[in-house]
Amino acid sequence: MKKILILSTALCGMAYAANAEVVVLSWGGSYGGAQTEAHLKPFTAKTGIPTTMTDSDNPATPIKAQVEAGNVTVDVASVEYADAIRLCDEGLLEPIDINSLPAGADGTPAAEDFLAGAVTDCGVSTDIWANIFAYDSTKFSGDAAPKTVADFFDLEKFPGKRGLKKGAKAVLEFALLGDGVPASEVYATLSTPEGVDRAFAKLDTIKKDVVWWEAGAQPPQLLADGEVAMTTAYNGRIFNAVITEGKPFSIIWDGQIYENEMYVIPKGAPHMEDALEFVKYATSTEGLRAQAQYISYGPARKSALKDELLFNDGKTVMGPHLPTAPENMTNALESNFEFWVDKDAELNERFNAWLASN
Amino acid sequence: MALPTYASPLERAWHYAYLVICVAIFIFLISPILIVIPLSFNTEPYFSFSWKMLEPGGLGGRWYDELLTYGMQAPEAPRDGSWFGDMWRNAAWVKAAKNSVWIGLWATVFATVLGTLAALGLSRPEMPYRRVIMAVLISPMIVPIIIIATGLFFFYSNPCGVVGLSCGRLTSTYLGVILAHTALGIPFVIITVTATLSGFDQSLIRAAASLGANPRTTFFKVIMPLILPGVISGALFAFVTSFDEVVAVLFLAGPDQQTIPRQMWNGIREQISPAILAVATILVVISIGLLATVELLRRRSDRLRGVTGR
Amino acid sequence: MTDLAANALLTTADGRPLKSALAAAQVRAKRRAFLLVLPLLLFVLLTFVVPIGQMLHRSVYHDGFSANAPAVSAWLAAHPAGTAPDEAAYAALAEDFKAMKAAKTAGEAGTRVNYTLPESRSLFTKTARVADDLAPPYREALLAVDAKWGDPLVWEAMRSASSAYTSDFYLSGLDMERTADGGIERVPPKERIYVYLYLKTFALSALITFICLLLAFPVAHLLATLPMAKANLLMILVLLPFWTSLLVRTTSWMVLLQGQGVVNNTLVALGLIKDESRLSMMYNQTGTIIVMVHILLPFMILPLYSVMRVIPPSYARAARSLGATSWTTFRRIYLPQTLPGIGAGALLVFILAVGYYITPALVGGADGQLFSNLIQFHMTKSNWSMAAALSAMLLLGVLLLYWLYDRLVGIDKLKLG
Repeated sequence: MKKILILSTALCGMAYAANAEVVVLSWGGSYGGAQTEAHLKPFTAKTGIPTTMTDSDNPATPIKAQVEAGNVTVDVASVEYADAIRLCDEGLLEPIDINSLPAGADGTPAAEDFLAGAVTDCGVSTDIWANIFAYDSTKFSGDAAPKTVADFFDLEKFPGKRGLKKGAKAVLEFALLGDGVPASEVYATLSTPEGVDRAFAKLDTIKKDVVWWEAGAQPPQLLADGEVAMTTAYNGRIFNAVITEGKPFSIIWDGQIYENEMYVIPKGAPHMEDALEFVKYATSTEGLRAQAQYISYGPARKSALKDELLFNDGKTVMGPHLPTAPENMTNALESNFEFWVDKDAELNERFNAWLASN
Repeated sequence: MALPTYASPLERAWHYAYLVICVAIFIFLISPILIVIPLSFNTEPYFSFSWKMLEPGGLGGRWYDELLTYGMQAPEAPRDGSWFGDMWRNAAWVKAAKNSVWIGLWATVFATVLGTLAALGLSRPEMPYRRVIMAVLISPMIVPIIIIATGLFFFYSNPCGVVGLSCGRLTSTYLGVILAHTALGIPFVIITVTATLSGFDQSLIRAAASLGANPRTTFFKVIMPLILPGVISGALFAFVTSFDEVVAVLFLAGPDQQTIPRQMWNGIREQISPAILAVATILVVISIGLLATVELLRRRSDRLRGVTGR
Repeated sequence: MTDLAANALLTTADGRPLKSALAAAQVRAKRRAFLLVLPLLLFVLLTFVVPIGQMLHRSVYHDGFSANAPAVSAWLAAHPAGTAPDEAAYAALAEDFKAMKAAKTAGEAGTRVNYTLPESRSLFTKTARVADDLAPPYREALLAVDAKWGDPLVWEAMRSASSAYTSDFYLSGLDMERTADGGIERVPPKERIYVYLYLKTFALSALITFICLLLAFPVAHLLATLPMAKANLLMILVLLPFWTSLLVRTTSWMVLLQGQGVVNNTLVALGLIKDESRLSMMYNQTGTIIVMVHILLPFMILPLYSVMRVIPPSYARAARSLGATSWTTFRRIYLPQTLPGIGAGALLVFILAVGYYITPALVGGADGQLFSNLIQFHMTKSNWSMAAALSAMLLLGVLLLYWLYDRLVGIDKLKLG
């Protein structure tokens, strides 16, 4: 027994010693890859502070669990906007002072350089991304190709399975947009019980043909495998599949739902100072531009958008592929964080019930 | 199984139908395991058989190579000593394999030592509260893993919290994962070792004692050799349980303790790259090896205990 | 005072009565046996039973509101249900909000109330944001922030959250909710899920168990009646899946069954189905059933086999010689003798199926999800108390079956390979 004790102490010590780096928790796939290339590697090269990338289906979940259990192993996490607000309200994140962030490359102070809402009490935007839908252009082409969000729900004209994210957020909005509700009225509609019913009724029309996905890397895979003919997806994942892997996918920007992605530091992060340095570096003009070279999510600093952005292949101009491009914004909806902070639990339970019933 | 001579034609027909059904079930059992092996050598990233595989270059170790290079700092470098050093330290799957073996070995040692001692006690006729204790010890196999993992997550976050103290944490440590896997492996050790002991003749202990052996000598010279096959196969079960376990790792492990199943879980969730099939093939080969070991041990055990096959 | 009877007692060599010497030896032996088990028992209690108990405690305990809003909790405790909130109540609420704003805990308190009454979380965060500006009269001040503060439902929800111990999570788990007057009713049909999925999990597990039994019976029978050498060889085909990683088997099935998978491609290539009408056997209930049957089948074959192997063939022959048809022989003679094996295998498979998580999570899609996946859902939504309540419900079912298994089969009869 004594030997076991000695051994276990040794094991314990080893485990603690192995952890002396900034641990970043993100979404995996090509998004996590982009952050690794654009933020982690250059940061380590510049400062000598080692970094590790880990992934989760939704980084907000482990963050909450870790802080509540008093057991934080992550230094920086990449979370959705609504989660950054929610976790901050619950006192689970470290506040980040906007004035401590570096000024833009052109000297504009950070507070003016960031787009409106891109910096909150506890989070700094790393990019603006969108929920879009994409189709396999070998299956539909020319005039027979889908054009609007309503086409996604039209099984007669565009037969084939549909991929949808398994969860209420963005799916309910998408259903209402598909049902002809103008973007400006989506959340007002969804705030009423009739509006929720209407969204589910719309989803009912395609329910039997839906393949549900959970991780962001799944939709391009579902399209590539021919499991679905059309799927909602994060726009950057589809972009990467098209540009780097040459997949025949097309994005429909009509009815896109966009929001900021935030870097946050959980309360009690083991390497607080290094974590803050990392966030400062990653959300500098340089850091934001670097990330846009790996995935088509828009930087949230004006100074980062001034000059033309090129993809890391050196020839693809990123502008038209970003959710924030004017031509992509014609029927776009900004995700309403207040709505989801409040209704997330309720609507997801309803969604689960709907999903499980026949 | 031969048909009796008095079988009617209908019975004959049924007999052959029955054999066909059995063959179909065996195919159902085994084909999913064998199918991944040829596909893992397909150099194209597809999951179906095609004529292309028979052309030159259609088969190869491309995905096995990727297992070594994925996550390396400089995978393209010439394959010399520093390349291997890089691979050994950085390749994601190699790291996962090292973790799996390391965690699996310790979990096996703990589970086997504790489990064997307990099985010796449990199989003594005078053991009090035998049934209840046995039920508690087997319960890690019965309780749904998601409940176990959830409970352990909170407990290991602050193990001394139950008594109102604070003494560090066990989540994101090797020890935490090892202890969790020990608990999960224990039922298997108990089951196999008590099964071996059920054929154990208790009078051998008295015989040894009457011949002047002390309990220690009796244990190492009489009991141990007889139950060793059961202990080893219990240990193998415990190892495989740990080697295959993903849910507890999902909940308890930190970035340093990623194991092979955890790495596979990511791969399956995101995209079933053929590299996953290469890992699967390696695991199938390992399980064939382990199975063969267990089978040999079982035969040895039967021989030692004087049990003969019909 | 020694009488004859006592003198006649048998004694051991050192002069002690044999009876008490034997009893003492018995106690020693018991203690020795128990000491052997003790280390493991302590280990399992400490690293397994205690953690699960601690987790289940969360299903009835949530101090998110009561710890952060002590003043209004005290007011609620002092006044019976149904009391209209007076100025003192609003003053207590305002006091709590000022404290919560300083400590950034309004979200936590709001989250707890939100579990009982949806849509109240933002009420809390919104009020906390302006908490420093609240001034008497507090009733008017709070109603000016949001008219909802006058809603009896909100006060009823706060009342139920004001005690750290609560049955709310079990209520939700049973698809029930509280009404404004403190009663209990079922939630609207559109929102009912837990009871349905609980029953569905047991029904699906029963179906899987039944299919396993159907498939296992002929195989076990074949193995039991073949000569030992051949049977051992075929046994490898059963044991190999048993020893192969669960994730490997799940992956293989995905490769086999997906839309562009081996089975569909083969069927298309053979012209049995058209390219556009490929069978969907993955990411749905069908996929879950197929894969779970495959994974659990060895757990059914092994106990059946161990029972069938010791059934003497002479009974069946005797029945035939007495004129029974082969069907009658099977039904009346063979089947009853295999019942212990059927019971052991079926219960084991059923217990394991009820708690399954990985396979439904990977291949289940929408309609192949089981109760475990709901527990995981609440874990990802950080609603630990709900996850704990659902865990308790699932555990109750499993432990009942486990108890049944112990009564009917006996835990010590469990065998592997």
